Amino acid sequence: MSDNPIHLRQYHAPVWDEPVVMQLGYPGRRGQVFPQPSAAAIDKVGTASSLIPKGLARTNAPALPEMSEPEAQRHYLHLCQETLGMLNISLFGTCTMKYNARVSEAIAQRPFVADVHPLQPDESMQGILQAIHEFDLGLRALSGMDQFIFQAGGGADAAYTNCVVTRAYHKSRGELKRRNEVITSIQAHPCNAATAAAAGFKVVTLNLEENGYPSIGALKAAISDRTAALFINNPDDMGIYNPDIKEWVRLVHEAGGLCFYDHANFNGVMGKIRARELGFDACMFMLHKTFGAPKGGGGPAVGAYGCTEALAPFLPKPVVVKDDKAYRLDYGRRKSAGKIREFFGNVPQVLKAYAWLLAMGRDGIDEASDISVLANNYMDHKLAQIRGLTRSNPQIAKHRMEMTRWSLGTLKTDTGCGTVEVANRMADYGVDPWWMSHEPWIVPEPFTPEAGEMYSKEDLDYWMAVVAKISEEAYANPELVKSAPHNQVIAQIKSDALNDPAKWAITWRAYVRKHGKSSEAGSKPHAAE
Amino acid sequence: MGVREQVGHPWMGNSLPALKQQMLGEIGAGSIEALFEQIPEDHRLRQRLDLPLGIKSESALRRRLTDMLSRNESADTNLMFLGAGCWPHHVPAVVDEIVGRTEFLTPVWGSAQSDFGRNQAWFEYASQLGELLSMEVVGLPVYSWGCAIGHALRMTARLTGRREIVIAEVFDPERLSVVENYCEPTDMPNHIKIRRVKVDAKSGLIDLDDLKTKVSSKTAAVYFESPSYLGLFEANAAEIARIARQHGAETIVGVDPLTLGIVRPPADFGADIVVGPTQPLGVHMNCGGGVGGFMASRDEERYVREYNGFLISITETQKPGQFGFGLASAHQTSYGMRENGKDWTGNSVYLWAIANAVYMSLLGPQGFREIGELILAQSHYAARRLAEIPGIAIRYSGGFFKEFVVDFSGTGKSVAAINKKLRKHRIFGGKDLSAEGMKQCALYCVTEVHSTEDIDRLASAIEQVVKP
Repeated sequence: MSDNPIHLRQYHAPVWDEPVVMQLGYPGRRGQVFPQPSAAAIDKVGTASSLIPKGLARTNAPALPEMSEPEAQRHYLHLCQETLGMLNISLFGTCTMKYNARVSEAIAQRPFVADVHPLQPDESMQGILQAIHEFDLGLRALSGMDQFIFQAGGGADAAYTNCVVTRAYHKSRGELKRRNEVITSIQAHPCNAATAAAAGFKVVTLNLEENGYPSIGALKAAISDRTAALFINNPDDMGIYNPDIKEWVRLVHEAGGLCFYDHANFNGVMGKIRARELGFDACMFMLHKTFGAPKGGGGPAVGAYGCTEALAPFLPKPVVVKDDKAYRLDYGRRKSAGKIREFFGNVPQVLKAYAWLLAMGRDGIDEASDISVLANNYMDHKLAQIRGLTRSNPQIAKHRMEMTRWSLGTLKTDTGCGTVEVANRMADYGVDPWWMSHEPWIVPEPFTPEAGEMYSKEDLDYWMAVVAKISEEAYANPELVKSAPHNQVIAQIKSDALNDPAKWAITWRAYVRKHGKSSEAGSKPHAAE
Repeated sequence: MGVREQVGHPWMGNSLPALKQQMLGEIGAGSIEALFEQIPEDHRLRQRLDLPLGIKSESALRRRLTDMLSRNESADTNLMFLGAGCWPHHVPAVVDEIVGRTEFLTPVWGSAQSDFGRNQAWFEYASQLGELLSMEVVGLPVYSWGCAIGHALRMTARLTGRREIVIAEVFDPERLSVVENYCEPTDMPNHIKIRRVKVDAKSGLIDLDDLKTKVSSKTAAVYFESPSYLGLFEANAAEIARIARQHGAETIVGVDPLTLGIVRPPADFGADIVVGPTQPLGVHMNCGGGVGGFMASRDEERYVREYNGFLISITETQKPGQFGFGLASAHQTSYGMRENGKDWTGNSVYLWAIANAVYMSLLGPQGFREIGELILAQSHYAARRLAEIPGIAIRYSGGFFKEFVVDFSGTGKSVAAINKKLRKHRIFGGKDLSAEGMKQCALYCVTEVHSTEDIDRLASAIEQVVKP
């Protein structure tokens, strides 16, 4: 990379030395004042305290901070500034970092979305029901499925949705008791195995073999008349596409099981393949990933769950349907598996995903998957030139999909700096620390960049220049990397307290009790020396 | 058309032929298509996607969406008396500003150092809620109140090794359906049996005599709410917890956090685990997309080791005197242990946790007292006003908060017909309970957003509507 030197910016994170909110304020100060009950109301019902049943009235006021409105605003603005997040380049693999359009945000914050109640009559929310239905049609076009719902509050919750649909399907056939096994792979997201177990299934996990995916032989050995379903992603997080997937689906169907496609890694294949044509019964899209809705640091998110006509009767209710010209919430679904979350989903996020779909269109979606795969292969080519980095599955020469898992095993052996240390150091250059890998780590010291379609070639070059620079640092001065970050809000945290019941402090009141700090001024911890 | 195809998409930095060519050249590939070599030809979709072309213009996109969404009615231009799990409350402008900030809106995870500010805001969510609840452990929120109940019930089943829970026969059907799924169907080996305890017909409170027959050495937990689904304060909370404890069962209580400035927290009455909705704390209804659920407990290892979601702890850093935040007891989650983890976790409603933190800091102890008293006064005023209308009665004699049951059966008109007519007055009437065993009753919700004039307007509209 030295043939094209890139100037790395001088960067330091904002440091506000911001106290914990519990330490702020002054007795009696107010950030919100509510109207007094009217004289007419008091006249009719008496004082508020007379309306509280005997013995229930609170006697000790909660020890919340007492702040003026600008004081509270300023505190949280400082915390905003102490959050790097997506302010620069984030290639956080498996999460498909996208531009979260401000226009969608502005629309979703308007009262015609924000201040709508989910139990309003259908005729009073035709706009939102239309948006949901039209987006459903778009997802059907992309997947070949027959019906989508949006009740799941995230990708894991969509996997859980698949669990309850699977239960209801097998129960309807009188086979649920016997069909108590879910098959998945070690490279499928942990939520597939976890939700299946939480739903009462036994989990059978297939390991990877020399081609980079489990063999058909291993699958055959796992399948039986106890098989309830297969939960699988494809391509996986290493960037490997399983070319046998159609045969997998055929085999599972032959044994009476259902096939669920976890489309966590959809960005590279959108418009290129469809779950339905591969034989799947159901699939899931993450609207906060592939479809441009913001992540919010962990939700509100949406796992859009779609299935075939055969499974649709079992979907959690309500389902948005269109009759003639009107849209409605269909609650009258006799075979429904019930609900997995109250109401019908994180509607603003569905709306933002719909906006993304409209803005991209069939041309934009096709181009975006092209660019994602192109950009990842461009990065594969360039990252291979950096010392200490190796690609997972080195024996597989074919081009990877939209992301690739890399390893810092060599760097760690050579310098003692592994993926955690390098991630910490990245933040010193203003770059969001990378995603390593889900558990278990199959390759040593993993990291998983995903370029996506938003970032420019210059952005990708910059990101790789940071990695190259850190590799140089690791070989020249490993302590610099191991003790990173140096330009961040705080230094490395000490993690020993986090697993020690005597020391962990999950609220301020626990902290005060365990660590002997009073909440008085003068004995407060500070964010910097 | 030809011109359009050459326009780079504003959301894609590499949407230019020259850049694509440069990258292809670097890779040494002949075409982008060649990069898809892993996918067998018979897997490929070769027909055109049945989607329109993209709308690259922001102004055109905005117009398209606002035209569609303008067909919605909302609490902004109507009087809203619907609650039942999602409530019309005031959202302070500062809350909207903070959760709309790109720093908080868009991050994915980061590190303890680089996303420090967000982690601190999360800790402040837990810390402030902990003060309201008088509890030392508050997890980051789960998807909803119903999901929080479900995870808490499963937690107690693991803790006690028992597989029965007791809940009231009157229960929000939305939450109940979620809970039933969390308890698993009877065919599953770990099915948790749900036993329903009667409520007293007059008071609406849990029937203690019946409770004694339902709780046994098989009971993992008793779960009840105060205020209940129908808005009633559970006056016998301490006695319920005592009965549960007598049989070695845990007590889980659901509570509306907006009551906690005026009402003692469930921990005072013996609650072991407390759950509830987070939407009242500064989150818009969002067509139901504003919901979230909190979980809290005492700081005892047996509880902490059973949380399915994330717990944020304050801790030290390598720099003396400096503090930071990290995940406590994190290995037990599904990220750490896959199918052997505690239930599962993943994306939840963490942005709303920040909304909640900002909201609680704006209210402080005085604000929570004030809003609690205002909601009490306004909702009771509304109940009295409606009870003055011939044919209308208020069900249940116990104290209530925010929500109450209005019985219209004496008017000879159905709730459905009344609510339909109220729409002409730009009013959303209360939730129709007719399908829930309470014929021609409705659950009305009155909060701090309703002025006395609003309530008078409701009363006079209903008077007109129910006139024989």
